[in-house]
Amino acid sequence: MTEAATELRTVTVEREIGYPPEKIWRALTQPHLLQEWLMQTDFVAEPDREFTFRGDWGSVECRVLEVDPPSSLSYTWGAMGLESVVTWTLTPTGSGTHLRMDQTGFRKDQEQAYQGAKIGWRRMIEKLEQVVAEETGA
Amino acid sequence: MTPTQDMLFRSLADPTRRALFERLCRDGGQTVAALTAKAGVSQPAVSKHLGILKRAGLVRDRQDGRQTHYSAEVKALRPLLDWTSEMASFWDKRIDLLEDLLKRMDQ
Repeated sequence: MTEAATELRTVTVEREIGYPPEKIWRALTQPHLLQEWLMQTDFVAEPDREFTFRGDWGSVECRVLEVDPPSSLSYTWGAMGLESVVTWTLTPTGSGTHLRMDQTGFRKDQEQAYQGAKIGWRRMIEKLEQVVAEETGA
Repeated sequence: MTPTQDMLFRSLADPTRRALFERLCRDGGQTVAALTAKAGVSQPAVSKHLGILKRAGLVRDRQDGRQTHYSAEVKALRPLLDWTSEMASFWDKRIDLLEDLLKRMDQ
C-alpha cells in the first residue's frame, strides 16, 4: 500500500453568514427548508436514521451520524456507489455564524476502481487524462 | 455525485456511444456518414447517440454543406477527473441558495 492509495479526499467550503446558528440549523435540518436550497429529502435529525436526497438527476443515499444542535451535524453521502461523509459545523461569531462544510471522501484507489467497474472505461480515462491536461493547459 | 458527473457517466455508459466518443478522440473529427460506416448501427441511431453526447457537452457539431461533422470535446471530461473541485463548486452554489433562503426566512 502506498501513501497515496490510502489518502482521503476532503472538500471544505466555509462561509461567514449574518444569521445566528439556530436559524441556519433549521435550514440544515428541516425537509421543507432543505428542499429549497439542497434537494428534496425525508431527513430526520436522529442518529442512525437513513434518508435520501432526491434531485432530478438522481438520488443520494444518506445516514445520520451525529446531531449536536445547533453546532454540528454529519451524515454519510452515498451517490453512485461512492461513499463520503458530509459534516456541517456552525460556530457563532460577533455578527452571525461561521459555517463550515467538510465532505470527506473515499480513497482514491477505490474511486478509480469503482469508475472502472461501473462503466468499463477506466483505461480510457487514463488515456484521456493526459489529453485533457494538454488541451486545457492544466 | 453531481448532476454534471451523473450526466457524463450516463452518456458514456452505453457501449455504442462510448465507441463513437473514443473514435472521435482517437481519429479526430469526422462526418456522421463516416462514423456510421464503422459503427455497426444505422445512421439515425448514430445521430441519436451523437445528440446525447452533444447534450452532455462531450462532442460539438459543425454543418458542412449537407454533412454534419462531429468532434470530441475532451475538456468535458474534466469533472470526472477532478471530483474535489466539482464537489466544492456544487456546495458553493448550494450554500449561495442557502443564504438566499435565510434572507427569505427573515421576512
